[in-house]
Amino acid sequence: MVQKHIVEARGIHKHFGPLHVLKGVDLQVDERELVFVIGPSGSGKSTLLRCLNRLEEPSSGSVVVDGIDMLDPRTDINHARQRIGMVFQSFNLYPHMTALGNVTLALRKVAGKSRAEADALARKALERVGLADRADHTPGQLSGGQQQRVAIARSIALEPRVMLFDEPTSALDPELVGSVLEVMRSLRETGMTMIVVSHEMGFARNAADRVVFMDDGLIVEQGPPAAIFENPTHERTRAFIGQIQRH
Amino acid sequence: MIQTFFNPEIIVAAWPIVMSGLWNTILLSLIVVPLGLLGGLILALLASIRHPLVRWPLMAWVDFFRAFPPLVLLVLLFAGLPFAGLELGGFACVAIAFFLNTGSYYGEIFRAGIDSVPAGQVEAARSTGLSRMQAMRYVVLPQAVRNVLPDLLSNTLEVVKLTSLGSVVAVPELLYEARQAQSVTYNPTPIVMAAVIYFLILWPLVRLLSRLENRALAGRR
Ligand SMILES: Nc1ncnc2c1ncn2[C@@H]1O[C@H](COP(=O)(O)OP(=O)(O)OP(=O)(O)O)[C@@H](O)[C@H]1O
Ligand SMILES: [Mg+2]
Repeated sequence: MVQKHIVEARGIHKHFGPLHVLKGVDLQVDERELVFVIGPSGSGKSTLLRCLNRLEEPSSGSVVVDGIDMLDPRTDINHARQRIGMVFQSFNLYPHMTALGNVTLALRKVAGKSRAEADALARKALERVGLADRADHTPGQLSGGQQQRVAIARSIALEPRVMLFDEPTSALDPELVGSVLEVMRSLRETGMTMIVVSHEMGFARNAADRVVFMDDGLIVEQGPPAAIFENPTHERTRAFIGQIQRH
Repeated sequence: MIQTFFNPEIIVAAWPIVMSGLWNTILLSLIVVPLGLLGGLILALLASIRHPLVRWPLMAWVDFFRAFPPLVLLVLLFAGLPFAGLELGGFACVAIAFFLNTGSYYGEIFRAGIDSVPAGQVEAARSTGLSRMQAMRYVVLPQAVRNVLPDLLSNTLEVVKLTSLGSVVAVPELLYEARQAQSVTYNPTPIVMAAVIYFLILWPLVRLLSRLENRALAGRR
């Protein structure tokens, strides 16, 4: 039998007006796989992630996630998006709600849970990110690391099949990065499929199954972390790895 | 002097009629403020559909009714519509004129509020499966309203003041009744009473506005 990928993106092109940002990207991700995406600024990493849950409409190509054709106009996109969690660089927590409110909103309005059910599920999700005692705090009362963990809880409470992370630690003070990576690592241990755009090379080395290097709207090279970091075959990959390791 | 402007006998005599005017002013405000807010919200929600076919007519509409003097609009409705076979009465004309005029002002305020909410908020909401409308209702609007609360209140103050325009089309609000009383008593005391009452109902709103504005400034620092 043919191996079934949980994420299957083929031939993705994306244009922003005259700008050709994705130039035919193929990305297949297996269940339980953790894929790291690296590449220079502007290479299209965020755009690729956003095409996977159709926050961005690809100009052409196909995206199938967990058997659902994301680009089919007949697909109930709001239903499909529940299965794809997304974590943003800037957290994007709702500042007018408590941590609990942030997590329960979609549980109630999209998943249709009662308030009591949603509260219970949300508390469980907050516990998983180590913030059970912060349920009643608003984002303004939380540190950056805590905010990002609430954002992760907001996604995992919906029991997604795939999680997308777009530079989840880039906006954090260095001493807060560890707590977020810790949560991501524990998520990985539960078998969550994850696609992570990040430059946390240490994390990539010991947690990623595969590293994908993008440049100029294309996947240039991919493979196990050791191969990509120690032995890149392409000149552009080598230059990029050298550059970030010097920093 | 006191006999002319604060004549006690006339205060007593004019009291009931001025009070009924006050009541009508309050009633009018309670109708036109929600109506204007509703109109404004509809305009702002339509404006968030960034389609050119919606956008341009909407901009024309808002610009037109903001540029049109409300008094002229009111008189036009009151004196003009009967020629089109539509006799609406003063109260209805005031309600419509305010819906059109102040709705456009409220609309611009709401729109600025919606624009002030970062795009990432909607993206986060949509990524969890909320529809466009749900994201607007639960995530964007509460923040938008909070961000423009001083402007909303300031516009509401203007609206309450503008209800005195109703006197022109014989709506028996505060100013109209005061002028009726004045013409019966041949004394300006009822007008002074109306002025004092306007001040007394608007002053707390002005204070509240100052506090909100100061808080907004402090928050921005
Ligand atoms: N909504 C948009 N409209 C126009 N251009 C866009 C839009 N979003 C992204 N771009 C452009 O597309 C290109 C790729 O952007 P993208 O954010 O995907 O890159 P990235 O690899 O994530 O970069 P970074 O590491 O800086 O986050 C950039 O040149 C960017 O300016
Ligand atoms: Mg990016």
